[in-house]
Order: sequence, then structure tokens, then C-alpha cells
Amino acid sequence: MSGYMTGILTVLSINIIMAYAIFLPAAAGQLNLGGAGFQALGAYATAFLSAKYGTPSWATIPAAMLVGGLVGGVLAFPLLRTKGVYLVLATFALAEVIAGAILNTTALGGAMGLSVPDYVGANVPMIAAACVTLFVFYLMATRFGLVMRAAHDDDVVTDLLGANVRAIRVVAFALGGALAGLSGALYALAFSFVDISTFNATISIYVLLYVLLGGTQTAFGPILGATFFTLLPEVLRSVLPQVKAFLAGIFGQTGAIAPPDESWRFIILGLLTVLMMIFRPEGLVTRTFIERLKGALRGQGARRKGAVA
Amino acid sequence: MLLEIRDLDVRYARTHAVKSANLDIKEGEIVTVLGANGAGKTSLLRALQGAVKPAGGKIRFAGEDITHMSPADRVRRGMMLVPEGRQIFVSMTVHENLLMGAYLRQDGDWVRDLKEVYERFPNLANRRDMKASTLSGGEQQMLAIGRALVSRPRLVMLDEPSLGLSPLFVNNLFELITQLNRDGITILLVEQNTGMALEVAARGYVLELGSVVLSGTSTDLSQNSALAEAYLGGGHAKTSQTA
Repeated sequence: MSGYMTGILTVLSINIIMAYAIFLPAAAGQLNLGGAGFQALGAYATAFLSAKYGTPSWATIPAAMLVGGLVGGVLAFPLLRTKGVYLVLATFALAEVIAGAILNTTALGGAMGLSVPDYVGANVPMIAAACVTLFVFYLMATRFGLVMRAAHDDDVVTDLLGANVRAIRVVAFALGGALAGLSGALYALAFSFVDISTFNATISIYVLLYVLLGGTQTAFGPILGATFFTLLPEVLRSVLPQVKAFLAGIFGQTGAIAPPDESWRFIILGLLTVLMMIFRPEGLVTRTFIERLKGALRGQGARRKGAVA
Repeated sequence: MLLEIRDLDVRYARTHAVKSANLDIKEGEIVTVLGANGAGKTSLLRALQGAVKPAGGKIRFAGEDITHMSPADRVRRGMMLVPEGRQIFVSMTVHENLLMGAYLRQDGDWVRDLKEVYERFPNLANRRDMKASTLSGGEQQMLAIGRALVSRPRLVMLDEPSLGLSPLFVNNLFELITQLNRDGITILLVEQNTGMALEVAARGYVLELGSVVLSGTSTDLSQNSALAEAYLGGGHAKTSQTA
């Protein structure tokens, strides 16, 4: 496998795990726009333990998950007192606070960042992404997954039926924090260097986009969203110059054509995002979509019995 | 007495929604609570299900003080609210909605109760794997009631179940309420459709501005002309008398 491919697969695996980190609270009806903050916690926990104590990766990865999960679980209590757009703002602010705290901590390297002596190859993030995907699919098929989705639809009625919506959301938020911590740990170990400017608001926004555009109703959404939006810029990177050369050819230009500006990739990405919001507001993969797909695969009429029974 | 409500007060920030209300419901009865918009009917139900903390008074269920119990503990004891406006889980299937009704069931018998709900509502059985949002208004109300039944309640509290339903479906609904009662479920029916409510209920209470202003048997209430004029609107009372 070429270095380029390994790099893409590593980033893709980390992004898929991040997408599930944001998906879990979103499936229970809570938008977390502070993903990068939790990822930074995991990355710096791993980097610090590895640089300072030489802790091996089999210990730093769980430690990073623990830090992300604990911070998520504890902060969920004050955070989840807010709702809707206020929760989005609160989580966004939290990520900024985490970034500010790390930036001002000399033990963590401040603005210089931290080198990570430990290293893992692309296979570790890939295996981790596969395990996380299976775990989330399993979780969504359990009673807990059912009640998460119920809380997403109507928290008042879910409470009336006797489910503790607050507890469910705290657990979903903590699990999300742990997964974000995991993705941060893998980032630190795969790239051997952490720098707080990497874990910025753009990351939080993109990951939330993966989830919202992929779809929050099923566990298929995040993996599809993350894959699509991670690979799209890469595909455009090679396709765009060809498109420009072709268009230039039509207008009679010959010879060497300068490759198009980088910003075109982001323009196309933004355009796609807007189009998706118009045509698939519930995300690419919805439950109805999956039912139809199953129906088509099984031939006429053979409808699948409820998976959650 | 299955449900005893004594001097119940419900206050929100600025409003006094329920003012020292006293209500009683015997096991096996259908009791209706009538009143105009803003009379405190929904606040009363919210206090009964534990969604709001009462400012004062006592609620007893089957002899046990439940005034400060969580909604979950009340569901475990057999109280279940069917909220106003058919609040079902729209992105979930019919079957998943019904499973949520069994959320607190520890015994294995809920599987049988679920089967009974499907037998009672064949339309729901046919649409088992469809998204609840695709159901008609009447079917959604059946789903909300079915979901309550899966919890095997002793007392079902219905908050304006006929709201927004077609007249034909309203008849079916009241038929269903009588049937549920015959099967041993006690019913607290909060309604604005006073004619129909007094027809199925044995007794009724009339709320006005948070206070119980009248109570009695359905026959007494429907013949009370002062009540018809003042609280229920003449038209409704007439329908109940001709019916």
C-alpha cells in the first residue's frame, strides 16, 4: 500500500470514530459542536503519558478514552441543562476552553505542541474504527438504543413512559466523549505529534456535518458521512485539474494549464452541503431508505420483521 | 379508592394552575374531568403523572402516597398517561413505539400484552414495521393508547383523546374507552367533548380556573342547565341530551 493510501485510511478511520463520537449524543437528541475539544483531550492524554512516562500505546489508548469519557460524563450534567442552540453554543465554548487550557499549560507544550515517541501503524486505527462501528450498531439494536431514539423524538413522553431521559443522555454524552478521546489518541499515535491548533472549530463543524448529512437515525449515517466527506476532497484533488484542462480545451486553449486553486474544493464541498440540506434534510441514510433498500434486496413483499424485538 | 387527590395545588411561575382540587376515582370506574381551555385539566394530569411537582396537597394511588414519586415509579405502580396531541415517536416504527410502552416491564408477560394490543388494533399489526409518522391521526391515537396498554396499567389517564379526530373516529374512540373499562382498566378521561365524555363516564368533575366547581354523576351533570350554560356551552349539552 502506498504511503498516500495508508495516510488516507488512517485519517478516514479516525474520522469515522469521531463521527460516531458525535453520533451517539445526536441519536439521543443532543448536538455536540465541541468534538475537537474531546479529541484534543484524548490526543494530549496519550501524548503526555507517552512523552513523559514512556507509557505504551495499549495503556495510553484506554487512558485517553477514560479522560474523554469522564470529562464528557461529568460535564454532561451542566451541559445538558441547556437545549437546542444553547447546547450547541455551550459545547462549542467548552471546546474553546479546553483548547485555551492546553495552549496555556507548559507541561503540555503550549503552542509548541508535543512530540509523541510512541507510534502505531495504519492497521490500529482501521481495526479500532471497525470495532467502534460494530459496537455502535450493536448499541443501537439494544433497549438502550431504542430509548435513545425515543428521547430524540420526544423527551417528555419518554420520561412519562418511565425512562430516565437525563441519565440516558449523560451516558450517551460520556460514551461520545470516550470515542472522541479514542480518535484523539489514535491521531497522536499515528502522526507522532500533537499541536492544539489541529483541534480547532473547523474539525468540530466538519464532524457534526458528517453526522447530520450522513443521517442521525441509523448507525449507517456517520460511517457514510465520514467516508464521503473524507474522500471527496481527495477525489476532487485529482479530478478538478482534469475538469479545468477539459474546459480550457473547449475554449481552444492549449499547452500547460495551471491547476485550479485549492479553494474550489471547498466551494464544491459547501455547495454539496447546501444541496444535501435541501434534498435530504434528515441525512443521506434514513430509516425509510434502509427499509426500501431491504425490500428491494429481498424481492417483492418480503418485509423484514422489527430488528429490535 | 384507586386514586385520591386531596387539596392538590399546582403552581407555575406566575399562574396558579390547580387550586386545592379534590378528586376521587374508584377502581373500575370511568371518571371524566371537564373544563374549558386553561381550566387546569392538563396541569392536573401532569401532576398526577409526576411531570410537575405539586405545590401542595396529596396524591394517593391504591392507598400509597405517590405525591413525590418519579414518573417511573408511578408507571411501575400502574398509572399511565396518554398525553394530549397523540405524542408518539414519529421516527420510530409502530412496533418500536409499542416496545417503549413495555420499557419498565420486568416480567416476561409483556410479550403477551403486546400481542393483545396487536389483536385489539389489527391496523397497528398491519403497519408494524412502518414509521409512526405515516399513520393517520386516528391510527396515531390508537398507537398512543396501545403503547399505554403494553405497560399493563391499572389506571389510564387520557388527555383530550378526541382532539382533532374525525367524528366517525371519535365514536370508535369512545367505544374503545368503554371496552377498556369493561376489561378492568380504570379510566380518567379529560375532555372538551363533554357530550361524549358524560355518555361513557359514570361521574364527572368540572374544573374552572383551576378549581373543582361542580361534581356529580354524569346524568346529574348533563342535566345541569346552569353547568351547560356557564361552563360547557349550550350546544354540547344539547347533543348529550338528544343522544
